[in-house]
Amino acid sequence: MPARKSKSQARELLFGDLWEFDPAPESAPAHIDERYRLFINGKYVAPKSRKYFDTISPRNGRKLSEIAEANEADVDAAYSAAAKAFPKWSALPGKERGKYLFRIARLLQDRSREFAVAETLDGGKPIKESRDFDLPMAAAHFFYHAGWADKLDFVAPGRTLKPLGVVGQVIPWNFPLLMLAWKLAPALATGNTVVIKPAETTSVTALKFASILQDAGLPPGVVNFVTGAGETGAAVVNHPTAAKIAFTGSTGVGKLIQRSLAGTGKRLTLELGGKAANIVFEDAPIDQAVEGIINGIFFNQGHVCCAGSRLLVQENIATDFIARLKRRLAVLRVGDPLDKNTDVGAINSKEQLGKIRELVDAGIAQGAEIHQPSCKLPRKGFYFPPTLFTGVSQSQRIAREEIFGPVLSVLTFRTPDEAVEKANNTCYGLSAGVWTDKGSRILNMASSLKAGVVWANTYNKFDPSSPFGGYKESGFGREGGKHGLLDYAQLD
Amino acid sequence: MTLPALQQLLQDVGGVDAVGVEERVAKYATRSIKKESKVFGLKLAASMVDLTTLEGQDTPGKVASLCQKALHPHHLGETPRVAAVCVYPSMVRHAKPLVEGSGIKVASVATAFPSGQAPLATRLAEVRAAVQDGADEIDMVINRGAFLSGELNLVADEIAQVVEACGESTLKVILEVSELGTYDHIRAASFLAMRTIRPGDFIKTSTGKTSGNATLANNQVMLDAIRDHYLATGIEIGMKPAGGIKTAKQALHFLVAVKETLGDAWLTNSRYRFGASSLLNDLLRQLETQRTGSYQAPWSFTENAGSY
Repeated sequence: MPARKSKSQARELLFGDLWEFDPAPESAPAHIDERYRLFINGKYVAPKSRKYFDTISPRNGRKLSEIAEANEADVDAAYSAAAKAFPKWSALPGKERGKYLFRIARLLQDRSREFAVAETLDGGKPIKESRDFDLPMAAAHFFYHAGWADKLDFVAPGRTLKPLGVVGQVIPWNFPLLMLAWKLAPALATGNTVVIKPAETTSVTALKFASILQDAGLPPGVVNFVTGAGETGAAVVNHPTAAKIAFTGSTGVGKLIQRSLAGTGKRLTLELGGKAANIVFEDAPIDQAVEGIINGIFFNQGHVCCAGSRLLVQENIATDFIARLKRRLAVLRVGDPLDKNTDVGAINSKEQLGKIRELVDAGIAQGAEIHQPSCKLPRKGFYFPPTLFTGVSQSQRIAREEIFGPVLSVLTFRTPDEAVEKANNTCYGLSAGVWTDKGSRILNMASSLKAGVVWANTYNKFDPSSPFGGYKESGFGREGGKHGLLDYAQLD
Repeated sequence: MTLPALQQLLQDVGGVDAVGVEERVAKYATRSIKKESKVFGLKLAASMVDLTTLEGQDTPGKVASLCQKALHPHHLGETPRVAAVCVYPSMVRHAKPLVEGSGIKVASVATAFPSGQAPLATRLAEVRAAVQDGADEIDMVINRGAFLSGELNLVADEIAQVVEACGESTLKVILEVSELGTYDHIRAASFLAMRTIRPGDFIKTSTGKTSGNATLANNQVMLDAIRDHYLATGIEIGMKPAGGIKTAKQALHFLVAVKETLGDAWLTNSRYRFGASSLLNDLLRQLETQRTGSYQAPWSFTENAGSY
């Protein structure tokens, strides 16, 4: 009798407290100011609105800093600065622009520990993720695009790549610094100037990053930071100077932006939500698939647009597979994101925590079976335990709506065709995962799945050279690689 | 239709994805073990060491000094004794009287260690002789040639006969993972061994005599196999990574793997061992650092255990 097919679940392993780990908090100082102003025309300036709002650290719910709230006049000033900087910046030889980007990348590496701590304090993600993923990847994007800056003539042979002008960018709160890098690096490499708005809950690292731009000697006005919530975002999107808008965030806001841009002639790229299917076939390497599913959904507390939030597991292995998932859940460490051993950190904001709770309640109300490991959550701050829903069907909300939290919905399938049908039965199409030992099936699935990225026997792998973007209501346009570059340029 | 034996076993126990398992174990190495939990982990690791000397130049004198080190790891502090001393069969009778009654076991490699390339009768006679001389534990090598050529019954039969020859002594089955070639084979060989040995026996990664030794990844593949076997049958098998584990930090990472894969019940030297020698002094060095707050000079730790 093969071990993996055993039906006996009576025996269990004890993951107890025989060897408890002591707290191991990252101690490097984050150097966060008490108050951050806007960054316009190469200088930190007070907002014309004269208003500031609090930014809260989700790890304990306490105020971390104050952020300036940009109104229309502030956004206008930012666009003026960017428009003024554009002629000179776009006329610079590519290799000169590349030098600035290289310098920015290196300065970011130099200060990566400080930025990692700031990212964790401001956003709630585990320090090991900001340290080992966000910071290295952000620097990698600047390095990669620095390399492109003097090779634009070779992107499309026989044609010339020209910058668009001033680009307005709005970025999300899940990877504040990394999304900033994804947006800024290609825009600057192709010779555009930028007005960028970080998410209102996570502006700190962006405003710290502005000091790197100063240290790198980037000409004033090439990059301008305006901070604030929805109204500021609307001002950025609707400003007449913008030649292009690049947005990463929710599908709802993406639709609003697309509506407001209709007929303006502004270019638009959208990277929106997802409800990715992670498909596990009966012949998959089981333990590694379990690990991949866990990584796919609990990475960054599930605050990932491409999170593998729907597990589609072949029915004949489902019981065993779910038991293995639960066993793996039992050893995930949930808690203070600043602790180096934390696997799942804090939920980004109180608002997001409320949204997750609402959808989880809906899952229970609609009859799905919930499983959460017993874990002690910190008393203060915003936390949610890693959650597994079994017995989920296609029509339930937790199978259709993006939860954007540490919640996995488990569905089953019987045949590869059914897996494809269920995976594609969503309004989204950002990413998918396939787990099987059969190479031919991987290729077949990859071409049948309507998703911008399909990972095979792995998940959540990124590289600056690999384009990322979605199908359907997950948006359009690509970021990274040659394709991402083309979205910031016009071909003559 | 019947599949060839090895293919059948591979299908039976399922495969391992190399990229995935290496990614999994990389996470163990990012665990930050501090303060009390570090002291606990270091002491636990020290109590799991099979202090080993396996050299052609071993003498009764060398073995005696190894045994003294096992009994008195350090003149200061409260260091737990190691689990066992591990020697060649000819040295068992020299080691046994020195550690008898201390709780420290005498382990002996046998079965024409490290290659195993001797007639079965010779290998079994070696096991019996070691047991006769007082070995509490026998570390055998599997017949890798037979495994790779698909003669799984032969491999299993040989293990079964060694089990019999062991009598009351505990058996540790060395898979010699570096010679098996793939993680799939390591998993399959683990099951092949576990289905033949008794509860409380061990599977072990390596002899320490080839280029490849214990790694977090092959340790993980074997821990996963032990877990699956336990959950399917209720039989608890122990694990012994051997060779290449030289630092306290490495040992802690291996223990984190045990903690997160098999849980508390395996965090004991009756279920987990380290086949090592220089590891012990690094564990002592780190324990003394925790106790005194500063690193001690290398010469303040006795060097009685050479080899891997």
